[in-house]
Amino acid sequence: MSVHSPNPALILQNKRWNGLRNVLEREGPFCKDDFSASSDNLEFLQTNCKLLVIGAGGLGCELLKDLALMGFGNLHVIDMDTIELSNLNRQFLFRRTDIGSSKAECAARFINGRVPTCRVTPHFKKIQDFDETFYQQFNLIVCGLDSIVARRWINGMLLSMLRYEDDGSIDTTSIIPMIDGGTEGFKGNARVILPGYTACIECTLDLFPPQVNYPLCTIANTPRLPEHCIEYVKIIQWDKESPFGVPLDGDDPQHIGWVYERALERANEFNITGVTYRLVQGVVKHIIPAVASTNAVIAAACALEVFKLATSCYDYMSNYLNFNDLDGIYTYTYEAEKSEGCLACSNVPQTVTVDDPNTTTLEDVIKQLCDSPRFQLKNPSLTTVMKDGKQKTLYMSTVKSIEVATRKNLTQSLGELGLQDGQQLTVTDVTSPSAMIVQLKFQGNEIEMV
Amino acid sequence: MSSPAPKSPELSDKSKKYDRQIRLWGEHGQTLLEAATVCLVNVTAVGCETAKGLVLPGIGGFTVADGSTVKEEDLGNNFFLDPTYLGKPKAFACMQLLQELNPDVNGDYVEESADYILANRPNFFDSFDLVIASNLNEKTLLVLADRLWDANVPLIYCRSLGMMGTIRLQIREHCIVEAHPDNRQFDLRLEHPFDALRQHLDGTEVTNKVPWLLVLHKYLSIWQKQQTDGTLSPRNYKEKNQLREAIRDEMKADEENYEEAIKAVNTAFGAGQIPLGLKAIFEDDACDQLSKKSNVFWIMAKALKHFVIHENKGHLPLPGVLPDMTANTDSYIALQHIYRQQAMQDADQVYHKCQDYLKQLTLPADTIDKRSVRLLCREAAGLSVLRGTRVAEEYEKSSRLLALVEDNELQGNLTAFNFALRAYERFLSEYGNIPGECTVEQDIGRLKSIAGKMMSDLGMHATISDDVLHEICRYGGAELHAVSAFIGGCAAQEVIKVITKQYKPIDNTFIYNAITTKSVTLKL
Repeated sequence: MSVHSPNPALILQNKRWNGLRNVLEREGPFCKDDFSASSDNLEFLQTNCKLLVIGAGGLGCELLKDLALMGFGNLHVIDMDTIELSNLNRQFLFRRTDIGSSKAECAARFINGRVPTCRVTPHFKKIQDFDETFYQQFNLIVCGLDSIVARRWINGMLLSMLRYEDDGSIDTTSIIPMIDGGTEGFKGNARVILPGYTACIECTLDLFPPQVNYPLCTIANTPRLPEHCIEYVKIIQWDKESPFGVPLDGDDPQHIGWVYERALERANEFNITGVTYRLVQGVVKHIIPAVASTNAVIAAACALEVFKLATSCYDYMSNYLNFNDLDGIYTYTYEAEKSEGCLACSNVPQTVTVDDPNTTTLEDVIKQLCDSPRFQLKNPSLTTVMKDGKQKTLYMSTVKSIEVATRKNLTQSLGELGLQDGQQLTVTDVTSPSAMIVQLKFQGNEIEMV
Repeated sequence: MSSPAPKSPELSDKSKKYDRQIRLWGEHGQTLLEAATVCLVNVTAVGCETAKGLVLPGIGGFTVADGSTVKEEDLGNNFFLDPTYLGKPKAFACMQLLQELNPDVNGDYVEESADYILANRPNFFDSFDLVIASNLNEKTLLVLADRLWDANVPLIYCRSLGMMGTIRLQIREHCIVEAHPDNRQFDLRLEHPFDALRQHLDGTEVTNKVPWLLVLHKYLSIWQKQQTDGTLSPRNYKEKNQLREAIRDEMKADEENYEEAIKAVNTAFGAGQIPLGLKAIFEDDACDQLSKKSNVFWIMAKALKHFVIHENKGHLPLPGVLPDMTANTDSYIALQHIYRQQAMQDADQVYHKCQDYLKQLTLPADTIDKRSVRLLCREAAGLSVLRGTRVAEEYEKSSRLLALVEDNELQGNLTAFNFALRAYERFLSEYGNIPGECTVEQDIGRLKSIAGKMMSDLGMHATISDDVLHEICRYGGAELHAVSAFIGGCAAQEVIKVITKQYKPIDNTFIYNAITTKSVTLKL
């Protein structure tokens, strides 16, 4: 890792920062009360302030450029992905010859070459490959992700890193602000999260649009839309016919070609029109449309908030910006509220209500944890401590041998498993780096609304 | 099935590269974009960021016009200049670094300032599809804007100063067929079923396997008979509830199509009428008085008007788009077929009328094709025409400006900043230097007197607050990259809207304050 320590005197002589210095070295009527105009501000951005950018895709490329040109000298970037042809319409740090290379490494190389005052350190890795000792080193974290699970994970990580005073209040030095951007087509949002203080990702999970799922019986028996035919080939026909002997890979043109041809056959059989190659790709890969402009706007909004937080020159945004330029240009800023019962940041134990422990199975509970808007877990693993004090794994899907050993529990009722009213289950899931405690509540006479 | 097995098509390389945006504006939008050329006047960060947002999606070409050379202070905020170009022409440097983003795009440059071009060969701009300019002084802006207005070349003018940014679109007339509304209402014609639909509805037995539309029609017919005043569909909450209850009463357990019919009561009615926007288009002089020079949009609009008023009892042509409804395949596909057939028939009638007009105007028949007419008919409810104003009008007394003043105050901080930025540009013209570049205090006074005179010349009895003018001077001309990236991103999309004629552009001034993260759009 290269350590970057430019000479502060040189930074201030450099005429490239003349404009930024006006903003950071002059008092102004709209500045934050505790802003002190001084040359120390730029020096801090150039030498001591260390930022992490998560994602080197559409938003990440823009963020690295924006931050480098807003005076930040020390950036790190994580991305596990490699470059594809369809990235090039917006991920402007990549060229055709870069296809197949690491996004993080390519992006870092480009910025380091273009902006000599900035040093970007790339990490061609998953965010889950790092622990809190890594995340601890940053003053701020900026996310340009397309995955909700990854957002929830880093949110959980930053919350788990909070330290508390004796009176239960948060030690403010343990807060690492998280600035999060998201885009979809011509819509986007940018938000500022101060973990523990302001609404976190889990507080506002309902803001993410639900994924479209077609009922299996429609797909199998009464298709009406081209999407139904494509889903049929993807979900049922692929496994049945196993044309290439491997699972369906949305990036393999042979695979997509096969799905397209079969879906078209099925559509013809039912007189359904509209199966196109592009639609097949879109459905199989869950493609979200993306344009350069929206990414530029949202990344810029995020970079401005990073700049405000790092320099205190203006008050940071409180706390959520919605953007949309379908019809004119529309922005709306509002304060998303912290949820009292938030899974991640409220410290309130979560309860799962069970109608009848003798008919409700473990699978039902898991289904509730996945389907309920409050939890939205992906593939939870459940353990608990039994009455005799012994640790028991109820179900774990992530380790093959344990999955096989615990699968039989799924169909058992909670009563049969020996679980009691008030029993605490420890739940782990890909959506969070730390475990969550869920309390079972058996429905008695009183009815609790969930 | 005896039909030959379908073969998977090979998508072209370009089609793959631009896949994520073609999903939004279609191959036809992409084709228009690839045929367009724009001019970038003045190399600034906001100008280059706008250009970047056009080069990446594959605009046909761009030409950069700037007469200055790259200096060290230009490097801090502009990603498309770097130290190797110090001392070299800015237009050349940024053209090269922008063009490098996308080999599909043609880059060109002229080492001349806007002032020089306007004075010596003003027709230089006339061949572009659109001109992007930024951070000019007032005099240059007004001359350029007038020139482009006369040449009928749209102008996007961006300002980026400190934490403030604005975008002004100057365009004479812009006709939009595909506005892509966020919430599209399905037009089902249940109140006024066309013959084929009426026959289908009357002749089909309502079971738990048919689309909800048939369920709703059945109970709507009963409900209609109960109305003494001939009402065709429920108008208010109470009437909608009557209809919902009528369906619920007949519903057996677990009938999904009945459930869906009950839900649909709220949204299924009311479409097919002429919306206000379309009425204005029908009444527009351009629609009334066709000439050989008429935009094809107006020829099609007149044909549409004729169809709606004289051939379709005041109803729009049927869009022919049916939402998904739980049903068995055959009954859904049969219904879908009826809607699609009628939509084709309606569009064909409009197409024939277009051909009549073309003949009258002695224009070739292929001036308008069937595909365009079908698209226009499908989008009839959302057609829109934007009539712009000249930038120079904002510098004259006008009622639009007076409306921005209330109780001797400019409405809101954003409006105040917009006028402060204009005062800043007048300062540049009058003093030849940048407010706050050297001394803040002295320049606040000078800017204040310019602003005061500007406001009273406009007949606006309001002052811009000292705080706003102080903030402008504090920037000392600083263009901050992230503000330019925000404005450039927005401006690029507005250019794409104008070129592809899809989605509605701003009308006509967007103002953004990065301090408060607030924005507003004003018609100036």
